[in-house]
Amino acid sequence: MTGLFSEVFLSALLFGAVTAAIPLLLAGLGEQMSEKAGVLNIGIEGMMLAGAYLGFVGAFYSGSLWLGFLTGAAGGVAVAMIMALLCVRIGLNQIVIGIALTLGLEGLTALLHHFQFSRSYPRLPAADATIIPLLSDIPVIGPAFFKHHLIVYLAVALVFGMGYLYRRTQLGLNLQAAGDKPAALDVAGIDVIRTRTIAVLTTGALAGLGGAYLANVGAGLFIPFITNGAGFLGIVLAMLARGRPVWVLFGALLFGVCLSLTTAMQVAGINIPTDVIQMLPFLAVMIMLVLFGRRASLPAALGIPYERGAR
Amino acid sequence: MSGSFSSSVAGRDIVALEGVTKRFPGIVANDSVDLSIRPGEVHVLLGENGAGKSTLIGMLSGLQQPDEGRILVDGKPTPITSPRHALALGIGTVFQHMMLVPTLTVAENLLLGGPWWQRPRTEELEARVAEITRRLGITVKLHAKVSELSLGEQQQVEILRAMVRNSRLLILDESTSMLTPKGIDELGALMRRLVEQGLAIVFITHKLKEAAAFGDRISVLKLGRKVGEIPPERFRALGEQAIISEIVELMFGKQKDDPEAVERPVRTVQAEAAPLLQVADLAVAPTDNAPGLSSISFDIRPGEILGIAGIDGNGQKQLAEALAGQRAATGGSVRLEGVAIEALSVGERRRRGLRYLTDDRLGEGTVGTFPVSINFFLKQVGAAPFWRHGVEQRGEIDERAAQLVREYDVRTPSLKTPVARLSGGNIQKVLLARELAEGAKVVIFNKPTYGLDLANTLASRQRIRDTAARGLAVLLISTDLEELLAMCDRLAVIANGALVGTVENTDDARTRIGRLMIGLAA
Ligand SMILES: Nc1ncnc2c1ncn2[C@@H]1O[C@H](COP(=O)(O)OP(=O)(O)O)[C@@H](O)[C@H]1O
Ligand SMILES: [Mg+2]
Repeated sequence: MTGLFSEVFLSALLFGAVTAAIPLLLAGLGEQMSEKAGVLNIGIEGMMLAGAYLGFVGAFYSGSLWLGFLTGAAGGVAVAMIMALLCVRIGLNQIVIGIALTLGLEGLTALLHHFQFSRSYPRLPAADATIIPLLSDIPVIGPAFFKHHLIVYLAVALVFGMGYLYRRTQLGLNLQAAGDKPAALDVAGIDVIRTRTIAVLTTGALAGLGGAYLANVGAGLFIPFITNGAGFLGIVLAMLARGRPVWVLFGALLFGVCLSLTTAMQVAGINIPTDVIQMLPFLAVMIMLVLFGRRASLPAALGIPYERGAR
Repeated sequence: MSGSFSSSVAGRDIVALEGVTKRFPGIVANDSVDLSIRPGEVHVLLGENGAGKSTLIGMLSGLQQPDEGRILVDGKPTPITSPRHALALGIGTVFQHMMLVPTLTVAENLLLGGPWWQRPRTEELEARVAEITRRLGITVKLHAKVSELSLGEQQQVEILRAMVRNSRLLILDESTSMLTPKGIDELGALMRRLVEQGLAIVFITHKLKEAAAFGDRISVLKLGRKVGEIPPERFRALGEQAIISEIVELMFGKQKDDPEAVERPVRTVQAEAAPLLQVADLAVAPTDNAPGLSSISFDIRPGEILGIAGIDGNGQKQLAEALAGQRAATGGSVRLEGVAIEALSVGERRRRGLRYLTDDRLGEGTVGTFPVSINFFLKQVGAAPFWRHGVEQRGEIDERAAQLVREYDVRTPSLKTPVARLSGGNIQKVLLARELAEGAKVVIFNKPTYGLDLANTLASRQRIRDTAARGLAVLLISTDLEELLAMCDRLAVIANGALVGTVENTDDARTRIGRLMIGLAA
């Protein structure tokens, strides 16, 4: 019983929460950018899977995690290019294409993995942590938050970078206009299609990176369907965050705690059926939606393809 | 235009259109339009809804490209390829529909369009705005969210935006429709100050009085064609009244060699017969997106066609729906053959002989995916002989449908063809067949020839005349004045949901109606 509230257990729980939160954070930040620009990116789950698979393959053969992150992000961008072509440029239905991409990538990555590794699941060596001096010595908090791979700190820094981008830069204005009133952006002399394409490709890069982190650092291996809905959780986060990157961070951490609790409770051998425990993150989604969902304000032109001069 | 005249004119135009044509599926929105736009002039573009004014502006602001003809900027042929290009040429447009991002502040909206890698240059903007607003004598709340501004304020922001970008040509598309009378006067004064500073302005309106009050030059568009122009010299020479009557003549005057023109056959309306339809003081409450109706009164006798003329959106649809029972009336009475029907349901009114042909043929009139045959009997679903005990009687339906297809000359591949696959004219025939079938006494036609080609237009009109000749009472609602003049015995004019006057269809009806339509006494 003492095990549950011991310092070690608590910091392990929080450490796990951060690890689980990072892919959600990256997916959520990515989705947020697409949605801000007016593109509902349901294909993000597929982009994460592409990132997880290519990220793993990159890291596995090169032996470098960083190269893995790079190939992962590139995989996400590749899927995003298809999305941008079909949904932004040609103007096909974003939901249909998004679902098709996700299903397609689920099959494709599972198939490729099978050809390559048959039924074995090779592991990567554990990621090196960047230990932050002084802060990491704080009890409980230190080991939980300040002994992660460098990319974790970069992802958190990205939250503030995004906040700055949205509030302080011309590109931020353009993105918001593309989502709220694309025609106004167009007549102001900015290409709406290009702006939305930039947003979707950025989403792909972030989602791919999130997938690569999930496989390479979170799990240390790739298994088919490894993302298990992380992209969809990212969509929920983006919708609830109402355009504020900081809220994506809070939401991701909250989900991260739930996910980590699921593992921790199983490890601690608490006598609750595992099915119930595994429902926890999704219960959290429901609660969040009930509490905040109604106030979520989405961009006016979300999901609507833009065509100049159409009416 | 040709020869020396053309070149000397081109020298002074900032922008000129030459023979510009723009087509949309099924419609010629602009038909070989010439226009010259000069600095120091307010050029008014006048025309009814759908005349093609906004389409012309779309081409000047780079949203669309002409199918034929060319645009000259500073005398040089210049295809305007994008909105960005138009801005670079110094063409600034205040569009008919608001083009500000409601979730951004005024300042942010003004900054939109800057290079993306830059930080928004707020201080620079503030200085520039201060200078321009002082010169123009307007005030603008730079740091308010656009969604918090009134429509008039938003409009000023849009004009300001055109100025901040150093426009040489300012285009205002129906900018007064959202303004109060005071706001309209202010806008007029502002335009005057701007042209005095050397700008060129294109001011679009469908209101005659504004055109006469604010313009230096007026071009009149009608169904995509430019039907006349009053140059500044003439403009100054004529008084306001003379200008208005000249424009009325241009807008509503008879076109030469019009293929639709037919002699109106003399019909004998039984003047003594009791009216079939009597409407007294009918009223409907306005809704968010539709005007209400007030004090609508008229009678229609057997064999008579009463026309409702007016500019689109003045309550025509509300009137038709209130009579048919599809829209709740808040007062007044409707009598069919002397019996009050205003409290009856849509179905009951139809059974008693009141029929309504909607202008929304595919949305409301038919079910597009249903076969032609079923669409003939949509309003009798469940009733014998086509349905018995809730079961569709295929044989009866097909037999009668085949008969109607022949009788009304519906061109359809088969009875089973989904009605949406037919052309507009044939869909209209299906509707006509359905509504004119057994028991019709009073028929309301709402824009019966809208969007039809010439052959179908003429066929529909003949059908309507035949209907009246059979002794039915006809209410013909149309925005096409020629059509009304060719068909009706009497014409009433609707404006802002009220009938503002009724005239017999005699020789001077055209001008009297034109004057009623634009708010002058007949
Ligand atoms: N993008 C478009 N696609 C199809 N038809 C259009 C389009 N824009 C305008 N039209 C049609 O062209 C005609 C002229 O429209 P418009 O230029 O908006 O008239 P106005 O501004 O004078 O009221 C109308 O019949 C309209 O339905
Ligand atoms: Mg218009």
